[in-house]
Amino acid sequence: MPRASLFVPCYIDTLFPEAAIAMTRVLERVGVDLDFPRSQTCCGQMHVNTGYADDVDHLVRNFLNVFEHAEHVVAPSASCVATVRHMYPDMAKRSGDPALIEAVDAFTPRVKEFSEYLVDDLGITDVGASFPHSVAYHPACHATRLLGVGDRPLQLLRNVAGIRLKDMPRANECCGFGGTFAVKNAEISAAMLADKVADVIHAGAEVVVASDNSCLMHIAGGLQRQRTAVRTLHLAEVLASQEGVPA
Amino acid sequence: MSGKDARRAMLDAIQAATEGVRDDDPAAAHAALTRPYRQVGERDAAARLDLFEERLVDYGVDVSRLHASDVASAIDEELARRRASKVVVPLGFPEAYGVGVGARERLADDASPRELDAADATVSTCAVAIAETGTIALDAGAGQGRRAASLVPDVHLCIVHASQVVAVVPEATARLEPAVKAGAPITWISGPSATSDIELVRVAGVHGPRTLLVLLVTDA
Amino acid sequence: MSDARIPLPFHEAAPRALDDGQLRRNLANVTSSIREKRAAMTSEMPDWEALRDAGKAIKEHTLANLGHYLEQLEASVTAAGGTVHWARDADEANRIVRDLVRETGTRDVVKVKSMTTDEIHLNEALAEDGVTAIETDLAELIVQLAHEPSSHILVPAIHKNRSEIRALFLEAFDLDPSELSDDPAALAGAARRFLRERFLTAKVAVSGANFAVADTGTLCVVESEGNGRMCTTLPDTLITVMGIEKVVPTWRDLEVFLQLLPRSSTAERMNPYTSFWTGVREGDGPQTFHLVLLDAGRSATLRDEAGRDTLRCIRCSACLNVCPIYERVGGHAYGSVYPGPIGAILTPQLRGAKQDGELPYASTLCGACYEVCPVKIDIPSILVEMRRRTVHKERAESRLPATSLIDAALRGAAVAFATPRRYEAAQRLARIGQAPWVRKGVLKNLPGPLAGWSDARDLRAIPKQAFRDWWRERDEKQEMDA
Repeated sequence: MPRASLFVPCYIDTLFPEAAIAMTRVLERVGVDLDFPRSQTCCGQMHVNTGYADDVDHLVRNFLNVFEHAEHVVAPSASCVATVRHMYPDMAKRSGDPALIEAVDAFTPRVKEFSEYLVDDLGITDVGASFPHSVAYHPACHATRLLGVGDRPLQLLRNVAGIRLKDMPRANECCGFGGTFAVKNAEISAAMLADKVADVIHAGAEVVVASDNSCLMHIAGGLQRQRTAVRTLHLAEVLASQEGVPA
Repeated sequence: MSGKDARRAMLDAIQAATEGVRDDDPAAAHAALTRPYRQVGERDAAARLDLFEERLVDYGVDVSRLHASDVASAIDEELARRRASKVVVPLGFPEAYGVGVGARERLADDASPRELDAADATVSTCAVAIAETGTIALDAGAGQGRRAASLVPDVHLCIVHASQVVAVVPEATARLEPAVKAGAPITWISGPSATSDIELVRVAGVHGPRTLLVLLVTDA
Repeated sequence: MSDARIPLPFHEAAPRALDDGQLRRNLANVTSSIREKRAAMTSEMPDWEALRDAGKAIKEHTLANLGHYLEQLEASVTAAGGTVHWARDADEANRIVRDLVRETGTRDVVKVKSMTTDEIHLNEALAEDGVTAIETDLAELIVQLAHEPSSHILVPAIHKNRSEIRALFLEAFDLDPSELSDDPAALAGAARRFLRERFLTAKVAVSGANFAVADTGTLCVVESEGNGRMCTTLPDTLITVMGIEKVVPTWRDLEVFLQLLPRSSTAERMNPYTSFWTGVREGDGPQTFHLVLLDAGRSATLRDEAGRDTLRCIRCSACLNVCPIYERVGGHAYGSVYPGPIGAILTPQLRGAKQDGELPYASTLCGACYEVCPVKIDIPSILVEMRRRTVHKERAESRLPATSLIDAALRGAAVAFATPRRYEAAQRLARIGQAPWVRKGVLKNLPGPLAGWSDARDLRAIPKQAFRDWWRERDEKQEMDA
């Protein structure tokens, strides 16, 4: 039986628990033995990306301690996984601590984004889901460009019973979230969001799906403000949905 | 002298900045760099010529394929069509081709810019051409003239021999290397000049010759 | 913007640019069309990735051995009849060029588009001596006549439409309105006639350089319009100002960059004209050649990995064209001759002005720039590194960032996330603390810096149960069931 530890990023834990719950259900359904180390807090992405990397060395060490013995670490956020895989090595290097550098190098390859874990490590593209709705997939920037998840989420979505995938114009373009960017450069962020919302509406789907709640939070914020009926769901929520157990 | 101070200060700063990353033997380290890109193209001669012609046409260049024995009459025809009466004929331009200029007024390629500006056209040969990019390279060799000659008049008629057409850029740079090392100026021409600076509308022909004609000689 | 030397900081300039509808439409047009063309031009190359890798490796090697290659370049240019000058900063470079121009006695200089001479404000420096530097690139001429800085590395007049350009030309070329339509071909024709006379009479030309070959002393200018050929061929004297990072070791190395640059830049298989010259050639071209090697922050930038990576840039502007931020605010907002993603990392390192610290924040870190960079500069990672330096600098100078509430919040969060106990306490606190702003399950009209968010977006209120609470509850239930 495959074993994995859940890494539930702080904002998903706090704001979007349903995405992590859905991920838990999907992974257990396909037979993964899960655990959730309760001592986890935050990977430090917000700090690192805002220029406060030197304030959160302790979060790197904490993360390593928490997941030290995990076979695999799986998270419903490409963004946070990218922080661990791409930023931790830089931070370790800057700390000048050889033990930390070595630990980070050995550890980070085991940290996987949800769709990577399903497709690459478990070899599963059909999780037996059913979702009889039209869906537009938003390829989140950090999933596609930083992690290179490619079409793994789409492979999973294509095997969902009843799903109707819709093309979205300029799907690869950033929604304008960018963490603190949405606050520091709120006007530009809002202009980007307006274009993304227009593209989502143009796609004509009932639901927008992404593998990151951060983009979804942003897109949902714009969709709701415009009082559209389009919903946003995390990839895991669609994959968790089955006949009689809708998302 | 402050110039010497600046030189020393810059080189010192660079030496300090590259401490620990620079090589003991830069030439050897450079030679060891891998070049995993295409050094030669895969197309045969016929496909290479086809591609070269396609690229030139794409740039808005008039291309004709012909035999060496027909070049003179083709030059005469083209010059007549463009009503060129004053023509720059560079030193070393093949006599057999130059016959095509006929009785028109001839200018040498060392004419002054002002004189060149009064000429209608320039005929020239080239050093090498690149099929994949539709590029003609001049290296100031025989028949190619000084740089101003192929630049100032409004029509440039260039003779390209099939044997001069290579497939990809690295083949051309290799052929040009001796000329570069001899200090010759090199000019690469890929279609007539162009600008898209006004509302992104492409306008062909700004400062160079607005007409570029290529006579592609297939049996040479 | 009236004075390019004191630009507005990004956070003030960007919203103004956003409000300029014409600019935004032009930018959206140009960036989206170049994006598609670039993608087509690069994907048809079977060895594109290999070329990128080679381009990166050659630049990396050159920068690591920069002192060696500059000395080699100096020797080969000198041997070929040129004169090499070294300039530590903009003032020194301008002083050298001014003296050289003064020696010729001319009052008019023709110029090829050059970002390096824009960077050092050479035109203004020459003007102090009563020397007029005429920009000969069509777009540069347009922005020069309009007394504006350029807004795009590649299409500097992207913000100007045809009727504005016609008006500028009518006045500058002293034409009757009946003589000039607003057809782009007619406008280009008018510029051709005006500049032809300048080219034929100019005694001195000033250029930049795309590349310089150390072992042969060969300089290279890549262009489209023919003004580069004119400037590097017709005048008696040619003065080239070049950043020291532009050197490459050998002629052969150009086979890589001359494939990477046009496809990344103008999305062409090859640009119309590329000129290469080696010192002075008797009877052909300028008989006096000066090369000014400019440092201006480059040797300092070379000191660390982020800086060396940044200096690989070959100024193609592909990263601008794919950047969603640049697409919406244009070049002026960056307040630097180098805009867009590359500008956001290059400007703070080269110039390092107080307000440049906010440029690295002008990005969502979406990574589109890294994806297209022909020399594989990991711009997003360097942006993050530059942000770290901004925070350090502002702390060292005890200067709180403009958004100091964000600073306080992040410092607080760093402490709160240190242990799971504190983290969970903060989680509970946030749930309680949000109460004043919750309306029907949605957070509205948030305070402080968060207002920027809630101005345009809703945010769902924090739910009652966090994932960790759900997990514990389930665990406890499973234990009881067992």
